[in-house]
Amino acid sequence: MDQEDEQAPAAQPRTPSRRSTVLGLATVAGIAAVDVGGFLYVSGRLTPGKLTPARLADGFETTFGKHAGFRRNHAKGVSVSGHFTGNGAGSAVSTATVFESGRRSPVTGRFSLSGGVPDVADTATTVRGLGLRFSLPDGEQWRTAMINIPVFLDSTPRGFYDRMLAFKKVPATGKPDPAKAAAFLAGHPETVKAMKIVKKHPPTSGFADSTYHGLNAFHLTNSSGHMVPVRWSMVPVQQARPAAAKPPEDRDQLFNTLVTTVDAGSLRWRLMLTIGLPGDQLDDATVPWPDSRRQIDAGTLTLDNVQTEAEGNGRDVNFDPLVLPQGIEPSDDPLLSARSAVYAQSFARRSGEPAGTSAVNVSQVLDA
Amino acid sequence: MPDVDTGNIPAPAPAVEAPAQFTLFSRWLHWAMAIMIVAMLFIGAAMVASLADYHLLLAVHRPLGVGVLVLGVIRLVNRFTSRLPPHPKSMGSAERRAATLSEYALYALMLSQPLIGWGMVSASGTPLKLFGPVRLPAVLPHDPGLYAVLNDMHMVLGYALFLLFTVHMLAVLFHTLVLRDRLLDRMALWKVQRKKH
Repeated sequence: MDQEDEQAPAAQPRTPSRRSTVLGLATVAGIAAVDVGGFLYVSGRLTPGKLTPARLADGFETTFGKHAGFRRNHAKGVSVSGHFTGNGAGSAVSTATVFESGRRSPVTGRFSLSGGVPDVADTATTVRGLGLRFSLPDGEQWRTAMINIPVFLDSTPRGFYDRMLAFKKVPATGKPDPAKAAAFLAGHPETVKAMKIVKKHPPTSGFADSTYHGLNAFHLTNSSGHMVPVRWSMVPVQQARPAAAKPPEDRDQLFNTLVTTVDAGSLRWRLMLTIGLPGDQLDDATVPWPDSRRQIDAGTLTLDNVQTEAEGNGRDVNFDPLVLPQGIEPSDDPLLSARSAVYAQSFARRSGEPAGTSAVNVSQVLDA
Repeated sequence: MPDVDTGNIPAPAPAVEAPAQFTLFSRWLHWAMAIMIVAMLFIGAAMVASLADYHLLLAVHRPLGVGVLVLGVIRLVNRFTSRLPPHPKSMGSAERRAATLSEYALYALMLSQPLIGWGMVSASGTPLKLFGPVRLPAVLPHDPGLYAVLNDMHMVLGYALFLLFTVHMLAVLFHTLVLRDRLLDRMALWKVQRKKH
């Protein structure tokens, strides 16, 4: 360090006055307070009531218990793989390569049940999830996480968080506290309306014949730069049958049926793009769009392989709904950014924990 | 060699003699990167605590991080090829050593943070989008365990960088506003008057 050896023989500073010293110190202290205070403020540490991704993830752990190595929500699942073949119809509305006619994109996916308990018993009414990752040319990806109800139950992250805690099961009864649930619903008419819509769409018999909805709105842009709002869903090619009236006998029955069905052959879904019109709700997934909206059948998803959750398969994919290819952009729905943030939080937490053993073991199911 | 001012000080000295400055290029680099790095620290802290703005802040955080990395490399080369002004007399030898060590630590952090960020997104298996169709290639294989380690490192070093930046800024302000030795003038974007005629 050449500057160590050099000293400028500068003039002897005039001793600053006491007053200017105090003023200087006060200014330095003020700037320090703004700097440190501002940093603590933006990091959420001064506002314990503010809902952050970490606090929302904590909410899952409070509600379902902490299960190291598993997703904080949709903890029980099985990995699948296959491909998606575009039929070109989607290219009219989006430049995304996944929609190109005849293009076959490899897909990694995961079927799951909602909730944070990794070995929860299967029931027909538990919300079913399908996460998909489409691998596109040049390392591009499209990820989507869909569920089998036609609208979402909450319009905001706060609503989701409050509902989760309000409907937390009381250990003694195995059911939510009726007073808490009622109090939540009294303050959330959007959830009450959404629940009525969900009731009108009873679940099908299993994973294979469920329709999975992306729920949140996105924007599609085509090659002439024209942008349209969209919601998408995967509609089964398999005949949909109503769920059995009796509860499943085996606690893994829905998954076991899925595993044996995929093993016996492939399962297929049609990707339906529903194009919104001006006035359609773009930032509130609790409100359905009219049935009359234009629907585009964009291609076929084929899932022909099922694997126990393990390194490198669907287990290790964060189905972040904001991993989007060129030609698909997010809408202003506040749930999209919130989902992306909380999924990242959940992914970071479970990735740092020893991996858990999945309750759904494909080889055990097939050997049985 | 630094152009040490041995000038004859007119008596009575009106105030402290202005110090020798860093080169103009160094000064511009310093302030451009200061704004970018402080913005990065606040964006990073806000991003991980935000649900509504997470996606937007992340979309700014990534290209800005690339900018810090590119300028950081240029700055590192510049640091060892350009002429440095001497430390002012108002700094004792222990303080000089501390200043030099903290400077090295700041360089290490400003360069390692973007690289760790890049590596951690690579290890997460997510494409690293910058803007429009522009993406960075993955530099590490998809490995969630590695991602978790790098994610923790990125956060801890982010706090370390914030602390170091804060100490650096407050030390310079203390010299400038309390000791009144015009230390900040070494890095001023304008040319400071060094001699009275």
